[in-house]
Amino acid sequence: MKVKLLDICHARSGDKGDSANIGLVARKPEFYPILEQYVTAEAVKKHFDGIALGSVERYELPNLWALNFILNNALGGGGTRSLKNDAQGKTLSTALLRMVIDVNESVDL
Amino acid sequence: MKESVRIASGQGFWGDLPNAPIDQVTKGPIDYIMMDFLAEVTMSIMQKQKKRNPELGYARDLITIIDQILPVCVERKIKIITNGGGANPRACRDAVFACARTHGIKGLKIGTVYGDDILPRLDGLRKKGMLFTNLETGRTIEHIGHKILSANVYFGAMPIVKALRQGAQIVITGRTTDTGLTLAPMIHEFGWKQNEWDKLAAGTVAGHILECGGQASGGNFSGDWRSVPDLAHIGFPIAEAHANGDVVITKHEATGGMVTMQTVKEQLLYEIGDPRTYITPDCIADFTSIELSDDGKDRVKISGVKGRAATDTYKVSMSYLDGYTAFGTLTYAWPDALEKAKAADEILRTRLSDMGLAYEEIRSEFLGYNSCHGPLAQKIDDVNEVVLRVGVRSHDHRAVEAFGREIAPLILTGPPTVTGFSGGRPKPSEVIAYWPALIAKQCVTPRVVVKEV
Repeated sequence: MKVKLLDICHARSGDKGDSANIGLVARKPEFYPILEQYVTAEAVKKHFDGIALGSVERYELPNLWALNFILNNALGGGGTRSLKNDAQGKTLSTALLRMVIDVNESVDL
Repeated sequence: MKESVRIASGQGFWGDLPNAPIDQVTKGPIDYIMMDFLAEVTMSIMQKQKKRNPELGYARDLITIIDQILPVCVERKIKIITNGGGANPRACRDAVFACARTHGIKGLKIGTVYGDDILPRLDGLRKKGMLFTNLETGRTIEHIGHKILSANVYFGAMPIVKALRQGAQIVITGRTTDTGLTLAPMIHEFGWKQNEWDKLAAGTVAGHILECGGQASGGNFSGDWRSVPDLAHIGFPIAEAHANGDVVITKHEATGGMVTMQTVKEQLLYEIGDPRTYITPDCIADFTSIELSDDGKDRVKISGVKGRAATDTYKVSMSYLDGYTAFGTLTYAWPDALEKAKAADEILRTRLSDMGLAYEEIRSEFLGYNSCHGPLAQKIDDVNEVVLRVGVRSHDHRAVEAFGREIAPLILTGPPTVTGFSGGRPKPSEVIAYWPALIAKQCVTPRVVVKEV
């Protein structure tokens, strides 16, 4: 079944230099293993094609039902150098929540 | 020794909600108020102000806030800890003393922390073998050698603890970690040792939650933003710390916003890297060890935090001049709003190209359409209106200035139904770039001065 991350997660994003970080939190503990299985660093890199120009790293925080993603080279130079309206990547959180994953199990939203 | 201590967040950044500090000191019991003023490139702005006037170079908003809260803080014995001293903690302290005098307050002790500014020592430190290689890019310092505007070491909690031990009621620092401002009162009140890494990590985690003010108590909350009550009167977060390292995040009763597991989680994840290795000058905190539990309405308990020994380096934040930018905006209306904005952008680019000026980058975004999510934005054919936003960056000041002259003419010499040009020509702004590096702890010594008025 197809699941939009918006329906099973919330998120917050911010900047460190030219990298953005996105914290992705499952709304229920039973959603966390689904995130761990399907929202891989590779999948997120593909989702952010044209935005995350560098590598994408993923870190797991099962204690918070959360994943943390680092999107390298994603903010047009970062800080005051960036020409982006969203130079600090504040809105990349919901850009990730647009992602649709195709899961084997049925999810009770 | 106290069993618990209540530390309130008063400002999350320079320019935060003006009423938050007075609300924190009057709407319920607290022991400390901490206020963070320094973002990555703030120090360079303050450094410039200090150069022009030796009595400036700190967060002047802090004096307005102190003027408002000082009488209450003195009466209720609330201590104030802030890094708003910026590039000039001494001048900041003198301004606070002057403020205390106007209120007729006597016997006030203020601690100041110095030694974070290493700009005058840079050459000597480099000769000693400090490389200052960029932590993010790996580039060597030679790239920016002569353009450095500021260089500040991030101190941790210990200099603040030293000032508190000498009886300071207010502690004003320059560059100090945001987390150190919250951790310091815990170390002071509970007598935590410098190798009690789990406790230091717990206080650091609390500091991370408090350092962005309302962002932990319902502000910028993506979980269910409609569910957050009365954001107009948002209560900033408070850390109720216990001697064993347990911390409850809460806020004053009868204030807006909310403290829930979800709001705390979002803030825990804000601007972190590897969660197992959250490095501060005081310790390394492991965010994967944090246990959160619901402790009643607007109360979230944090326990189980694990920490590791601090590293033998401090982080250094340097800034340097890296060219100029300018931004212009124009609003295009239906019909064909997006198409017109794109056509205007093409015309502008042709004109810039005809002038033969050198730009490192020209970036065009369409606000209302794709400026936030770029290629992920949903395609919409018939938008009601769209704002064309063009930014340029160049090391050539003339090129950036010339760009500013090309925006307004598009109104009469470009596609139709355009408005929203006000505020005059876009003016070049300096690009103050950020250069993070490391320095051996043994090379710098924080200096603490406590004075009484």
